[in-house]
Amino acid sequence: MEILLPDTGLFIFQSLAFLLLIFVLGKFAWKPILSGLKEREETIENALLSAEQAKSEMEALNADNAKLMAEARSERDAMLKEAMAAANTIKEEAKEETGKITAKMLEDAKAVIENEKRAALADVKTLVASLSLEITEKVLRKELSDKKAQESLVDEYVKDLNLN
Amino acid sequence: MKNNRTNFPNLLIISLLIMLFSISNSSNLFAASGSGDEEKEEGSTDFIMHHIADDYQWHIVTIGHTHVTIPLPMIIYDHGELKFFMSSDFYDEHHEPIAHDGYMISHGKLVRAGAGHGESAGHETDDAHGAPTADDHEEAQADFLNLSITKNVASLFLSVFLMLITFLTIAKRYKSGVAAPKGLQSLFEPIIVFIRDDIAKTNIGEDKYQRFMPFLLTMFFFILYNNLLGLTPGAANLSGNIAVTLSLALFTFFITQFNGKKAYWGHIFATPGVPLPLRPIILVVEIIGIFTKPISLTLRLFASITAGHIVVLSIVGLGFILNSVAVGVVGTLFSVVITLIEILVAVIQAYVFTLFSSMYIGQAVDDGHH
Repeated sequence: MEILLPDTGLFIFQSLAFLLLIFVLGKFAWKPILSGLKEREETIENALLSAEQAKSEMEALNADNAKLMAEARSERDAMLKEAMAAANTIKEEAKEETGKITAKMLEDAKAVIENEKRAALADVKTLVASLSLEITEKVLRKELSDKKAQESLVDEYVKDLNLN
Repeated sequence: MKNNRTNFPNLLIISLLIMLFSISNSSNLFAASGSGDEEKEEGSTDFIMHHIADDYQWHIVTIGHTHVTIPLPMIIYDHGELKFFMSSDFYDEHHEPIAHDGYMISHGKLVRAGAGHGESAGHETDDAHGAPTADDHEEAQADFLNLSITKNVASLFLSVFLMLITFLTIAKRYKSGVAAPKGLQSLFEPIIVFIRDDIAKTNIGEDKYQRFMPFLLTMFFFILYNNLLGLTPGAANLSGNIAVTLSLALFTFFITQFNGKKAYWGHIFATPGVPLPLRPIILVVEIIGIFTKPISLTLRLFASITAGHIVVLSIVGLGFILNSVAVGVVGTLFSVVITLIEILVAVIQAYVFTLFSSMYIGQAVDDGHH
């Protein structure tokens, strides 16, 4: 029966010690422990979430990359085709142009040659004329050096005049 | 196989310690078995009751006729006067109680010298220093306040010290930022998380549990520590003492009442769904219910821990009472098993006390949205 009667002294000590424990542990142990636990749980949750997010981002990025690659490839193809076409037209144009230029140059050359020929021919003509005049003069001078020859010539001319 | 091998030394240690227990009480029992049948029975339960009850000195072991005890300080508040003694002042060299300064220890109780129990009191009064006063034992007991550091109070201080060391050390790790649990922290962290998630959150509610966490955690670990300390050979039986369990239950009681919301009191004074003529009856039941909760908490912890100690000691004592080595060997082995069960009970009772406390608090703080 004795053990069923609470002892006053022990009751007082127990209550005081328990109060002290609640306050000291509450302030210096449970508070940091619980907040630390919470912080850790949040950190882990956040880490998991961000890992998941990173994974999905990575997947999206990969898909984007593939799309970009495909786009780049088709663009390159298009550019190549275009460039080839451009090169072809340029080649064609150049060919045409060259043909034209050549033709024109040929024509020009022909014209120049013609002109030169004409000029040369004219020169030759004048030279021939002056030479023949000189020769004629020399010949005439020699033939008309005597009076008789002069007279015959005059006569001849006169005859010619008369005839006309 | 490997587990068995590692457990074996522990079992050996436990049984050795339990045997130490029995040796320490053997003289008591031998003395008892020497006397007549009536006295023998009384004597054998005496040693159990002596272990269960509080003491003014810390008795560790008795070898032959030498008692190895630690004297503890005694503080008495007598009519506005504080008096300090050592418990060794109250025993002579033969370990017989003597009167000192007008007080003496009689049957584990500090009483005024000359007011003690029965036959020994008259004899002891002769060498008392102070004058004997009251004749009535009941009266003598009530007229001074005994604040002695008894075995239980010393054990209480020890457990407080151990708890402070444990949890302040663990708390340090949490203050240094986010890190994986290590060492002692890994042992206690799952328990703390369990109390938070499975006791507090489920019974009190996600939004209100935080305020009660320091109380519940302190409660759980205090009971656990003292239950386990109580199983240590030579230790006090603190959590099996009714003053301690009453104090713990009253903490729960007052916290419950002071946090009682409108819905809680409404439930008690005007129980919803009960027809008006029945309400007075229900009111009486509800009011009784307020007080049965702390009483059940008090008695459950007290009874299960004390009963465990009584069972272990009874089984150990059987061999001495029946004066048989065979019974002693079997009894010791059996008491090992009981002690292992006691370790389980120590944890379960700490859990149950905390669980019921949080349930009562949960009922009190409930807003009434069902």
